[in-house]
Amino acid sequence: MTVLMKTLGFSVALILVFTAVTYILPQMKGEAPEEIEVDVRNLTMDTFVAMGESLFQGKGTCALCHNSLGRAPDLLAFNVAGASLDRLADSRYQGVATDTEGYLRESMLQPSIYVTEGFGKKGSNDTESPMPAVNKPPIQLSAVEIDAIIAYLQNKDGNPVTVALPTAAAQSKDEAGPPTPVLAQSPEEAVAKFVCAACHSILDTESPVGPDLRDVGQRLSVAQIRQSIVTPGAVIAEGYVPMMPQFPNMTLQELEMIVAFLAMQTGDQS
Amino acid sequence: MNSACYSSLQKPWRYWPLLLIVGIIGLSVDGFSSAAFAQTVAPEQLNTFVVDESGPDVAEASLLPAPTPQRADYPNIGASSRSIVWVIAQMHLFFGALVLAVPIFVLIIEYIGFKAEDDRYDDMAHEFMKVSLTAYAITALFGGTLALSLFLLYPHLMGYVMRAFGSQVLVYAGLFFLESMLLYVYYYGWNALRYGNRKWIHLTLGLLLNAVGTTLLVVANSWTTFMMAPSGIDPTTGAVIGNIWEIMKGPLWNPLNLHRFIANIAFGGAVVGAYAAFKFLSAKTPAEKAHYDWMGYSSNFIAILAFLPLPFAGYWLMAEIYAYSQQMGILAMGGILAWLFVLQAVLICTILLAGNYYLWTGMARSEGSERYRWLIKYIATALILGFLVWVTPHNVIYTASEIGRLGGGNHPVLAPLGIMPAKNIAVFIMLICTFLSFQLYRRADKVITVSWQSWGNALLVAIYVVAIANVIFAGVYYGYFTNTVYKVGSSVIQVMSTVVVIVSGVVIDTLMFKGAKTLHVTWGKVSNRSQYALFALPIAFTWLMALMGYIRSSVRTHWHVYTVMKDNSPDNFIPTLQTVGNMVTLVTLLFLSFLLFIFWIADLSSTRQVPLPTGSNRARAETAA
Repeated sequence: MTVLMKTLGFSVALILVFTAVTYILPQMKGEAPEEIEVDVRNLTMDTFVAMGESLFQGKGTCALCHNSLGRAPDLLAFNVAGASLDRLADSRYQGVATDTEGYLRESMLQPSIYVTEGFGKKGSNDTESPMPAVNKPPIQLSAVEIDAIIAYLQNKDGNPVTVALPTAAAQSKDEAGPPTPVLAQSPEEAVAKFVCAACHSILDTESPVGPDLRDVGQRLSVAQIRQSIVTPGAVIAEGYVPMMPQFPNMTLQELEMIVAFLAMQTGDQS
Repeated sequence: MNSACYSSLQKPWRYWPLLLIVGIIGLSVDGFSSAAFAQTVAPEQLNTFVVDESGPDVAEASLLPAPTPQRADYPNIGASSRSIVWVIAQMHLFFGALVLAVPIFVLIIEYIGFKAEDDRYDDMAHEFMKVSLTAYAITALFGGTLALSLFLLYPHLMGYVMRAFGSQVLVYAGLFFLESMLLYVYYYGWNALRYGNRKWIHLTLGLLLNAVGTTLLVVANSWTTFMMAPSGIDPTTGAVIGNIWEIMKGPLWNPLNLHRFIANIAFGGAVVGAYAAFKFLSAKTPAEKAHYDWMGYSSNFIAILAFLPLPFAGYWLMAEIYAYSQQMGILAMGGILAWLFVLQAVLICTILLAGNYYLWTGMARSEGSERYRWLIKYIATALILGFLVWVTPHNVIYTASEIGRLGGGNHPVLAPLGIMPAKNIAVFIMLICTFLSFQLYRRADKVITVSWQSWGNALLVAIYVVAIANVIFAGVYYGYFTNTVYKVGSSVIQVMSTVVVIVSGVVIDTLMFKGAKTLHVTWGKVSNRSQYALFALPIAFTWLMALMGYIRSSVRTHWHVYTVMKDNSPDNFIPTLQTVGNMVTLVTLLFLSFLLFIFWIADLSSTRQVPLPTGSNRARAETAA
């Protein structure tokens, strides 16, 4: 019994020492981001900017990396809006924005469009940013919230705020959320869903970007058609560049539907 | 071995464990995939496509997005659902780790005993299994309770996870049955299959037991990593579009598999070490003391040996977390959860100090240890300095006047010690020092006789000096004088330097021990105080496991399944450190209570009542009855 009491006492005492350490550390609680209710009728630019600052520190999780610890450019330490103009003129800039507002929005939605030197993903030679797109999970900012952050970033260094205050229409569009994917029920729906006609001549649409698919059944076997969809880069038709994307969300049923449809395209239909 | 035994060996049913595994795999060929779900297209499937004829209704169902339960959709039973699941899941994990780990080193010990023809090893391995056997039943009980709790408290999440993993969970259940059968045959067949060729059958059973156990581990890990970094799903909606393999092999699966596999062994070693320490302290005879002293030493050896590579596995896991989501990585290491790493430092340093202390005191078993005792004070100093650097936080919450006096938010001296490069230097030096203690312990009872011993020792010293210099240089140069992206690069040099010390230390010592004179080791000649180090190890390990498990789970923040299924329950926040500390303490105390129960049961099973005197009233009454 003595051994039991001694070992138990020692063990419990040690456990309590570890527990005590948690009591002397700073106590912080990480709340889940709350959906901000924006009353657009009473919104002023000042409150919109304040909302942007709150999003920057909170839900947007911008301050997690954009701080003085060197994980990402410290946006609070320099004039971001002013620097945007230099970046637009930089040869490494890949986007289409023409002004500060556009650049800031682009950098949040497509962070790799311009990667500050030294902050790219390892091995990417500063062409790929480790920053996630803020409109997608896990951050999932709405368009209105992104605008609020842009307003804050413009305002913090005394630059003119060019972002327009949100309207009720913009807000309701935001609340609609992403569309639910719909399974294509026919070959035509599948062709439309995966936007084949954007590059290929098919059905009633003509496009010179990719090979004509109206007679593909004559040129390729079923296996080859399937391969060209599953692994577009495996065989490149002569005279065309390898630019066809893969379709990670295509189901097996949709694939077979498109393959069967294309196999029947022998050029005789017209 | 008699002829009856030989004839039984020739019967085909001796292959039943193999047949069972083949059967399970056979079943899984059809049942493994999420059959009701459409598959995405992978290039390797090109020649093996089978047209999905399940019809549009089933295919449509496959595109069901991840559920989006609102707060009111979560069942409320009047207590925090997260706390309930937290406690039960952690208890299941503790016992699961124990019962999966113990057979691994039991098999190795059994094999060593078999080859050395030394019954002591066999007896020790058997005794370890006795602890594991009781723990197994408790693991299953907590596992069942956990499943019920999850289905009751998080029905939407469980529905989604079941949809993703489909009939894979039945394979898991099948493996569990197989594991149970193998475990019982392995344990209860120990003495029946103890010598000669029968021992090979027993060892094969042990191997199968470990193969099934490890498979159970990696299958269950896939559920965890799916929640952290889901794969095989549509990233926009969470619809399950991949086959079961695509769902399982997420980016964090293998790093977690490796990390848990190694950590389980360290944890298991530490727990059975506490059992040995308990028995040592309770021992009445010198023979018992000698046996349990040796058992405790072996357990500590296993625990520390498995613990040494654990930081490397942890590093890989964290690097993959960063690669998957930098935001997730930073949240763990630099965000709200970062303070918990101060606690991690306290725990790991406790483990290292306890492990080293046990080795130093254990050196007293041999008179040859006197040659190395002078080094202990230097190792202890390095360990304590490492500990102090490791627990130094980067930022402390200062008052306004303190910030004014400091001239900024960071302390000029302590802040540089608070960042990862300094901590990496501290950790790797502590690991090297621990290995040095290990090496000294191994040398304590030997007198090296090889002619090149001076050169060998000089080479070892040179390796230590160069490795320590490398660790410090890489940490300082890459950590403080290069850009952020190169900071991680220092770890590679540090890991390699530490590995070189460990590997070359083992190799050089093995060569130098050839023909060495072995001094007498007196087992049982060790202080009672040293046995408390064997208690400190599992306590710190248990606390650490619970803490790190919490951090790993919490990096998902307000997501059940990261980025695709939000957690809208009332518990979807990251609690304060005090709350975390209380919860971890609660589960550790619970585990300790169950552990003492297991030790008691193990002891009870070997207790035999002394027959009552024939003339006593009690004996007469019992005879009449």
